[in-house]
Amino acid sequence: MSESNSMNLKLKIWRQLNSNAKGKMVDYQVSGVSPDMSFLEMLDVLNDQLITKGEDPVVFDHDCREGICGMCSLMINGQAHGPEERTTTCQLHMRKFKDGDTIIVEPWRAKAFPVLKDLMVDRSAFDDIIQAGGFISVNTGNAPDANAIPISKENADFAMDAAACIGCGACVASCKNASAMLFVSAKVSQFSLLPQGEVESKERAVNMVNKMDSLGFGNCTNEAECEASCPKGISISNIARMNREYTSGAVTGK
Amino acid sequence: MSSTLAVTLKSSVVKKQLVGVTGLLLCGFLVTHLAGNFLLLVGPEAFNKYGHALTSNPLIYVAEAGLLALFLGHMGMAIRVTLQNKSARPEGYYMKTRTGRGSTFASSSMPYTGIILLAFVIFHLQGIKFGEVYNVTYDGVVMRDLYRLTFEKFSTLPYVGFYVLSMFAMAVHLSHGFWSAFQSVGFFHTRYTPALRKSAIAFALVVGGGFSFLPIYCFLTGAN
Repeated sequence: MSESNSMNLKLKIWRQLNSNAKGKMVDYQVSGVSPDMSFLEMLDVLNDQLITKGEDPVVFDHDCREGICGMCSLMINGQAHGPEERTTTCQLHMRKFKDGDTIIVEPWRAKAFPVLKDLMVDRSAFDDIIQAGGFISVNTGNAPDANAIPISKENADFAMDAAACIGCGACVASCKNASAMLFVSAKVSQFSLLPQGEVESKERAVNMVNKMDSLGFGNCTNEAECEASCPKGISISNIARMNREYTSGAVTGK
Repeated sequence: MSSTLAVTLKSSVVKKQLVGVTGLLLCGFLVTHLAGNFLLLVGPEAFNKYGHALTSNPLIYVAEAGLLALFLGHMGMAIRVTLQNKSARPEGYYMKTRTGRGSTFASSSMPYTGIILLAFVIFHLQGIKFGEVYNVTYDGVVMRDLYRLTFEKFSTLPYVGFYVLSMFAMAVHLSHGFWSAFQSVGFFHTRYTPALRKSAIAFALVVGGGFSFLPIYCFLTGAN
C-alpha cells in the first residue's frame, strides 16, 4: 500500500457496554486505511489503534469475511451492510468511500435483536424461528439418484434463490417495521418448493410465522426495503408464497 | 401444532390480509361512488333521482352498515399493525437512509395519508350526507336536492382546495394500497406483479383525478 492513497476517516460508532447499559454515538478518527480493505478490516485498523491507546476495542460480529456466513451486520450510513447493492459488510470495500468521509456505524435495531455490546446484536430469535419449523422431519432416505425425483427447473431455481439467504438480519434491520418476513419466507420457500419439503409446507409456514410473531418482530407493509437491502437479493415473492401457505395452513388446520 | 383461530387472526400475515381485503372492497365502493358522482355532468334531475333511488331503498341500511364495518375494520386493523410496528423497534437509528430501490413515498406515508382520509370522510359526511336539506320535486316525488347542495358547497375555493388535497392523499394511499393488498393475500407473479404496481398507479390517478375533477368543475361552472 502506498502512503499516497491511504485514507483518513471520521467514524461515528455506537458504543454500548452491555445489553442493559445506555449507549451513545462516539466519534473516532482512523488513519492509514487502504482503499483495498474491507469495511471490517478498516474496523480492525481502528481497533488496533484503540488497543494501542489502551482503550476498549469496538465489538462487532464477523466470521467468514467472504460474504457467505451471515455473521457480519452493521448499519453503515443508514443502510444495512452499507450502500452497495447485494453486498455484505465484509465484502464492502473502502474504495467505495472517500478520504475524509464521516461514516456512521450502528448495530441492527429491533426489539427482537437486543444489542449485546457495541455493534453486536443477539440474533438468536432467528434460531428460534428455524427451530419452530425450518427443517424437514420426514425421512428422505439415502441420497437418491440425481434424476430420481423430478423437479422442474423453475422450482429448483426459485428454491435455490430462497436458500441463498444467509440469515444475517439485514431485512429486519432495514425494514421500518423491524419485520422478519423476508427471512422467514425464504426459509419457508426453500423447502416448500421441493418435493421433500412440500409435504409439511403449510404446517411449517404456520409454525414459523406464529413463532416469529411471538418474538416481537413487526408486520410487513410491502415496502420491499428488505429485498433492496438483502445482500443475497431474496425476492419479496417469497413473502407472498408464505402468506398463501400460512393462510391455507391455518384454514385447513395444518 | 395447529393454529387456533385467535392466533391466526392475530398473526402478522392475517392482519395484513384483513387490511388488504377491506381496502380492496373499499376501492370497489370508490368506483361506484365516483360513477354516481359523474351524473352531476348529466344534470340535476339525473343526479337527484340517483341519490333518491339509493337512499329510499331500505337495503341502504344494510349497505351502510357493511360500509361502516369495512371502514372500521380497515382502520382498526391498520392502527393495530402500525402501533405494533412502532413497538418492534423501540430504539431508532441515528441515521436511516432509504435504499431508493424499495420503499416509495406512498408506501412509507400510508398511516399519514390514512389519517388525512379519515378526517376527510368525517368532514365529507358532515357536509353532504348530514348537511343542509334542500328539497325538490320530480314527478310528484319529494327528494333531496343534492345537486344544489353540491354546487353550493363547491362555490368557495378553500372547500374545493380541501377536497382536491384530500383526493391527492387518497391517490397516494391507493397507489401503494391497491397492489400491496394482492401481495398480502399471496399473489405474486414475476410478470403480473410489476404490471399490477403500474395499474395501481393508474387506478389511483383515475379515482383521485375523477373525484378532484368534480369539485373543480362545480367551482368553475357554478357561478353561472
